Amino acid sequence: MTKEACVYAHGLVKRFGELRAVDGIDLQVGQGEIFGVLGPNGAGKTTMLKMLATLLRIDAGQARVFGVDVAREPHRVRQLVGVTGQYASVDEDLTATENLWLFGRLHGLRAADARATAKDLLGQFGLEEAANRPISQFSGGMRRRLDLAASLITRPPLIFLDEPTTGLDPRTRGQMWETIRGLVADGCTILLTTQYLDEADQLADRIAVIDHGRKVAEGTPDELKTSVGSSTLQLELAPGADQDLARQVVWRVVGREPVLTPESGRMNVPLETADGAADVLIGLRQAGVTITAVSVAKPSLDEVFLTLTGHDTGDADEAGETVRDEPFLEVR
Amino acid sequence: MSTVATAGAPAGIQVRTPAVDAATAVARARPHVSIGETVSQTFSMAWRALKKMRRNPEQFFDVTLQPLLFTAMFAYIFGGAISGSPTKYLPMLIPGIVAQTVLTTCMSTGVQLREDMEKGVFDRFKALPIARIAPLAGPMVADLVRYLIAAGLTFVMGVIIGYRPGGGVLGVLGAIVLAIFTGWALAWVFTFIGTIARNARSVQGISMLILFPLTFLSNAFVPVSTLPRALADFVRVNPVSHLVSASRDLANLGVISGEAGWTVLAGLVVIAIFAPLSVYSYKRHI
Repeated sequence: MTKEACVYAHGLVKRFGELRAVDGIDLQVGQGEIFGVLGPNGAGKTTMLKMLATLLRIDAGQARVFGVDVAREPHRVRQLVGVTGQYASVDEDLTATENLWLFGRLHGLRAADARATAKDLLGQFGLEEAANRPISQFSGGMRRRLDLAASLITRPPLIFLDEPTTGLDPRTRGQMWETIRGLVADGCTILLTTQYLDEADQLADRIAVIDHGRKVAEGTPDELKTSVGSSTLQLELAPGADQDLARQVVWRVVGREPVLTPESGRMNVPLETADGAADVLIGLRQAGVTITAVSVAKPSLDEVFLTLTGHDTGDADEAGETVRDEPFLEVR
Repeated sequence: MSTVATAGAPAGIQVRTPAVDAATAVARARPHVSIGETVSQTFSMAWRALKKMRRNPEQFFDVTLQPLLFTAMFAYIFGGAISGSPTKYLPMLIPGIVAQTVLTTCMSTGVQLREDMEKGVFDRFKALPIARIAPLAGPMVADLVRYLIAAGLTFVMGVIIGYRPGGGVLGVLGAIVLAIFTGWALAWVFTFIGTIARNARSVQGISMLILFPLTFLSNAFVPVSTLPRALADFVRVNPVSHLVSASRDLANLGVISGEAGWTVLAGLVVIAIFAPLSVYSYKRHI
């Protein structure tokens, strides 16, 4: 293998009518990496993944997978990439074994080999007991596992995971993470999208933050965290305190825009050094803004996100419970 | 920026030979699907469709009830008026009903494809290195079973209410085979509609608009000589009329007439036009 990246994208664009769902994204994923694409709903993550997986036409720009041009040789690309979508793409009317058998056959395995592979994968993913049950009786976690198993039939060197843990409970999420790490240990490269910051933080070697179809930042989780300052001053303003005034004070003192949650009166101030905290506090005292709680912490990816995009990721907190109903196209 | 190549093996797990080797996989990836692979993939897809049929027996309602009901209904309602008695009408009617039921069956091919395409599993089919025609042609191969049931049952019902085909068993079998072929060929039209329509309901709507003129503006139920001039002209070129005439010749006389030739030709033309169109439209959809 030459130094060519596993995934190389340059100036990728996808238009849906007026909307530029993906608006000139560059991407390079190295071999053996877990690369996380982080962004809120509708940022263009899924659209980008679908273009790289030959599922959507590339309107402009270039994409290569292991040096193979995605637009020109889609059939070759399909042999190199396993795709697991946001919602389980397995056949509801078939059993787990039948699903894997069918995909094995479609991949060109002989009937007996397809059967053996199906059995093997069901064992690896802890689905033996459910092997002959129809998928309609499967839990969300079981579906995801079966879906991932279906992507591994030919052991592709590159795997795309579109929000692999959306809608899973915390325990199943942990299991999925372990499985993903295991795949990398076996020599796979992984490109995954997620809207959960802790998922990106836990799993990814590198992260690209995407918003409104553009890449707003890229780096290791640590690099991204330091980019917003080495620490964060977390303040809770007293009820009735002048929030606007507080913002102006912070701006004057440290020259940065604080991240404000108006309802709870919480304010996060990114700092170059922890020393700056004192200056902010003195400034607020002089301006007459009352504070009920103070702490200094290392910034979380959450703050990175807010700082970079100017808005929230949405529901990063209730990871397990959220169920979204827009399965395939997250772009409107 | 630079990350460790082949990172990932966490501390504590001994390094083993990677099970996945990218270089080999890239070298092995072929640029195109071969004909043999296409056929095998189509049959795998047909296997899936048959499994689904077996698990959703209500899919067989149209192909079982319609032949039974329509044969009896039409025979007793129109028989007296058109041929003097229901029994005398049967040799003319039965091949007409066969054509009609087979066409209705084609329509559900398109509707079901559309429903199927909206499911998540089609996303996987699109991402697999398989021939683009396989997901379309597979269900159509499975549908041959439905055509067989529809055509066979119509003849059985006819015999029960007094139809005695003069062409004998071979003639009837010939008529059934011809009907199945025509049904399969015309199903490509509805498959195409399935790939372009917005949803299953609109497939149904568009298909009805095509189906009704095709079946009723034919010689399936009435003699052409009774029709006004302009209508008669259309009826004579309608491929369904050729199918009906050819089936009558086969089932009633045991003769393979020129009409059979026209029917096969029309079927081949339809496949030649609509199979590539369907694949093109299916590809574009992604």
